Amino acid sequence: MVAQNIFFGIMAAIMIWAALRVVTTKNVVHAALWLVIVLAGVAGQFLLLGAEFVGVTQILVYIGAVVVLFLFGIMLTRASMGEDENVNLPNRIVPATVGVLLFGLMAFATIDYWRDAELPKDGSPTTVEAVSDSIFSDFIVPFEATSVLLLAALIGAIVVARKE
Amino acid sequence: MPAIFSLDPLFLGDAGNLEILAIVLAKVVIAFAGLMVSVMLMVWWERKFISDLQNRIGPNRAGPFGILQTLADGIKLFFKEDLIPDQSDRFVFKLAPYLSLVPAFLVFAVVPIGGDFSNGGDGLISVFGNDTYVQLADPHIGILFVLAMSSIAVYGIMLAGWSSGSKYPLLGSVRASAQMVSYEAALGLALVAVLLKTGSLSTTTIVREQAGEGPEFLGLFPMPDWNVIVLGVVPFIIFFIATTAELNRPPFDLVEAEQEIVGGFHTEYSSIRFALFFLAEFMNVVTMSAVMVTLFFGGPAGPDLGVLPAALWGFVWFFAKLFVFLCLFIGLRGTLPRLRYDQLMDLGWKLLIPLALGWVLFLATLDVFSDRGWTSGGERLVVTGVFLAAMLVFAGLLMVAISNGKKARERDGEEVFG
Repeated sequence: MVAQNIFFGIMAAIMIWAALRVVTTKNVVHAALWLVIVLAGVAGQFLLLGAEFVGVTQILVYIGAVVVLFLFGIMLTRASMGEDENVNLPNRIVPATVGVLLFGLMAFATIDYWRDAELPKDGSPTTVEAVSDSIFSDFIVPFEATSVLLLAALIGAIVVARKE
Repeated sequence: MPAIFSLDPLFLGDAGNLEILAIVLAKVVIAFAGLMVSVMLMVWWERKFISDLQNRIGPNRAGPFGILQTLADGIKLFFKEDLIPDQSDRFVFKLAPYLSLVPAFLVFAVVPIGGDFSNGGDGLISVFGNDTYVQLADPHIGILFVLAMSSIAVYGIMLAGWSSGSKYPLLGSVRASAQMVSYEAALGLALVAVLLKTGSLSTTTIVREQAGEGPEFLGLFPMPDWNVIVLGVVPFIIFFIATTAELNRPPFDLVEAEQEIVGGFHTEYSSIRFALFFLAEFMNVVTMSAVMVTLFFGGPAGPDLGVLPAALWGFVWFFAKLFVFLCLFIGLRGTLPRLRYDQLMDLGWKLLIPLALGWVLFLATLDVFSDRGWTSGGERLVVTGVFLAAMLVFAGLLMVAISNGKKARERDGEEVFG
């Protein structure tokens, strides 16, 4: 597990740096690309934990779809090449405070809940079968709730996009 | 050795580390070299074949039948002047060709290119006494990896167009991203049909399930147990069309439509960076053909006809099937006119996605009823009939919705095609 720990550290450092660049860079497309690095880091961390399915889904959904749509939107609307002075909000204190508070809350919840939990030492990956079994038995209600939520978002988007 | 990356018995057996390393390295070299050589031959064959279709001769100077033309072109491009536009985003401009090339390479890692599947074989071959699969890696997630890589490949094209800092490349990238995101949905849904039948994402398992004899053709002779036959032809056709669109091959090559937007995303590229895009494009054609062979045509599975050792027949069958697909792609390029952009979007969203979804539901319904014991021909026919009736109602509703939408837009004074 030593090798995994070392790579966890390296990837975490890269992710933090990239996350800071997302909010500090003044070029919108560059910000999206730094976001890709953060998300790829998340996928890498999942792979390190042997969660292949979640890792690849992360790539497929976030890098392959969400950020592509971001970029598509940027290119369709502004696509400015150089630095954009209007990217930074004048009021940064409130978003920063909310970000720090949210991070603190989630970190506390995670540490508090999994304080004594240990990862399996043999490093064997979680199979897709195991993931699907737990989604469709133990977590069926959250899963269905998420699906309905996504459907609602989809319909909402169509309603907003319609002309009248 | 943790089994993170592979189910290959090579890592689970008692082979020494050095031996494993040697075999894996050999596989990397074979996969890399095999892919490069087939891409080289593919480019040459495409130019030759399309010349034949157009009553031309095609490349015939470098080597016998011009077979070394691609090599000569590559060397030429290497030595040409490398231009970077003044208005470009230099780092992203240099990065983009690699973002397009690397995923194309990586997809090939999970495709089984050989192995002994005849007579109930499980695709293993023995290398110096160690059993192994003839593919670089066989992860649990197998085919999802292919989808993930093909979704990353969009970045190369998008960023190339944007970072060039000029108008036509940007138009090309916007077209590319819209097209690829649209057709990925149909691609994924067609894939679900295969996964429903196989029950596994691993490419080796998908091939193994297709080995051997399948249903009889009119009770005369057994057909192969390929997914293209077992699932009905529809998922394959949807997958094929969606793949062609993902690859930006004609008739879906709006991304680089010369008459409209010069060269599209690679207008500003020259020299070796252009060569990398070119290479990536053809490499994607080869790898996606290989993926289709794996998913629908049994990959390297095929009968052992003697003469050659059993372990080699896998390669023969795989490359024979691959070749048929490559010819099909070239034939499409030579015969079909390019789609208009609204036709492209209509085909993807209004036809392929509903059809793929309906077909997956159909297969799932058949599955559910065979679990309940409705397995005889008559009972299956009843299920099919009821399902078809229900689907026809839905299709009718969809058509009404589409035509209503069109009428509404016409009423608002918008220009409506088709």
